[in-house]
Amino acid sequence: MNHPEIWIMAAAAIFGISVYALIVRTHLLRQLLALKVMGNAAFLVLVVGAGTVNGLLDGIPKALVLTGIVIAISAIGFALAVLVRLAEVTGSVDLDEDPSDQEPARDTNDPRDGDGHAG
Amino acid sequence: MLAEALAGLVFLPLLVACALLVMPRRTRLPLVLLGILPLPLLMFPVTTAVLADGLQIIAVAGFERPLGIEWRVDALSLVLKWLNAVIAVLVGLYALADYHPGSGKGRRFWILWLLLISALNALFLSSDLFNLFVTLELMTLAAIGLLVIDGKPAALRAGMRYLILALLGSMLYLMGVALIYAAAGTLDLYQAGGLLADDALPIVALMLMTVGLLIKSAIFPLHAWLPAAHGNAPGPVSAVLSAVVVKASIYMIWRLWLWFAGDWSMDWALTVLGLLGAGAILYGSILACLQDRLKMMVAYSTVAQLGYLMLLFPLFGVLGFAGASYHLLAHGLAKAAMFIAAANILKGLGTDRMDRLDGTDRKLPIDTFTFAIAGISILGLPPSGGFVAKWLLLQQAWGQAGWGWVAVLLIGGLLAAIYLFRPLSRLCARPLAAPEQALKSPGKAFSLLGLLLALLALGMGFAPAPVMDLLLGGPPPGMAP
Repeated sequence: MNHPEIWIMAAAAIFGISVYALIVRTHLLRQLLALKVMGNAAFLVLVVGAGTVNGLLDGIPKALVLTGIVIAISAIGFALAVLVRLAEVTGSVDLDEDPSDQEPARDTNDPRDGDGHAG
Repeated sequence: MLAEALAGLVFLPLLVACALLVMPRRTRLPLVLLGILPLPLLMFPVTTAVLADGLQIIAVAGFERPLGIEWRVDALSLVLKWLNAVIAVLVGLYALADYHPGSGKGRRFWILWLLLISALNALFLSSDLFNLFVTLELMTLAAIGLLVIDGKPAALRAGMRYLILALLGSMLYLMGVALIYAAAGTLDLYQAGGLLADDALPIVALMLMTVGLLIKSAIFPLHAWLPAAHGNAPGPVSAVLSAVVVKASIYMIWRLWLWFAGDWSMDWALTVLGLLGAGAILYGSILACLQDRLKMMVAYSTVAQLGYLMLLFPLFGVLGFAGASYHLLAHGLAKAAMFIAAANILKGLGTDRMDRLDGTDRKLPIDTFTFAIAGISILGLPPSGGFVAKWLLLQQAWGQAGWGWVAVLLIGGLLAAIYLFRPLSRLCARPLAAPEQALKSPGKAFSLLGLLLALLALGMGFAPAPVMDLLLGGPPPGMAP
């Protein structure tokens, strides 16, 4: 690969942008997108950083990136499923909207533990 | 024999988890028992091998490094694998009360539970940075799946926050791994560090990985997600999250700093890590004193107790290592017991608000007793596992004249006494006007499981010798045995 510095700088920029988005954006879907993009920066570094073995390009980083992509997809898929459930149950896709997540809605005189589906 | 036992520890829960997907309703309970009960038995051949010959290295499928992946078992891995096996069985049996594998939700619970156990067992064996990433991801996803399994709003919100931060931690870690591979050309945890020196690139990579893991371990000041997650999870899930799951990423931080980068000269960074631990102890303890819900108090206590594990870095020495590792084990058992007791109290009374706890000792005597016994170990009163651990840390701090660390250890103990005495005094108080509440009994057998865990933590104070010999015989490189 010619000029790996360019690619490394691109990866750093992508990484920085996604960290920024993760901090600034509060919509959970945007935060998940930021995380996905952040993963791509790491994959870029893995591919660009690959050395040569006996004159051939080292194959291990490709295997690592493939594994990493599979993990990232399943993690994001799982996160989306949780997000959909969260939106169904609480009607919110923003964790900052409701700071009362330390108070479960069961402080009643009913000794039975309610099913918790408030609202 | 060793290789088969290790493979069994990883693949038995994995295979049973897959089988649960297809097997009919009636066969699921025996299947689940088949998945967890043999785990402690499988630990015996591993234990005898490590006791006899020390470090064990197994090349998976016969491929030696650097091409293949190695499994390694040393004293630290062994201790954590035992903790994982004991928690998997005892807390797992406790979980049968709420999650019978015959029901739909129970089946989902058990698939995730077995995946979690399998991922943890693999994590404590891996000696490859990328392999550790894979197992860490598996563990995190399974753990969050368990956290949100009931679909309660508070747990969903806490789980979502945990998930976002855990994924951020993973990505930071992955970036570090990519940089290490680019610099060293290998991902072997025990090889790559020696090939690199403390130059700019390896240090940046190490910092990225460390920050990612600190987020996942909820070390102060990155602990914000933990109390809500551990305090709102279902009872058995809180227990396993606090006892094992957060320990796994701390284990990786230890591996990175004491094994991978063991011979880099970075004393200032070790002090910073120790200061984070001290901050966790003080901040977590003070907030634990201020909570008005029992489970939230126990969760903040976890934030505080995790801080002791970071004190290993400034208290670098064999006694410090043995103490911190012993704390890992004792805290795991005691905190699992405490969360089980708190879950039973929550289930029995319908609330775990501190001001409603009066007179619980009459209604739920076993759970109150469990809470008190576990409290003794968390607090570090003799004779308990917690006492032995904190005594060793204190000895190490005293020996190297680290008076600041001595003060942190002592103040942490005092604050733990305060936050544990508050609920205990409530639990054993006589209510002035007792409103008769219908009591939903969690079932005696399930309370006894929590008591057993608490007694194990207490018993570690009576018979520390076997574990202690093991730990003193297998310290990180650079520590004189």
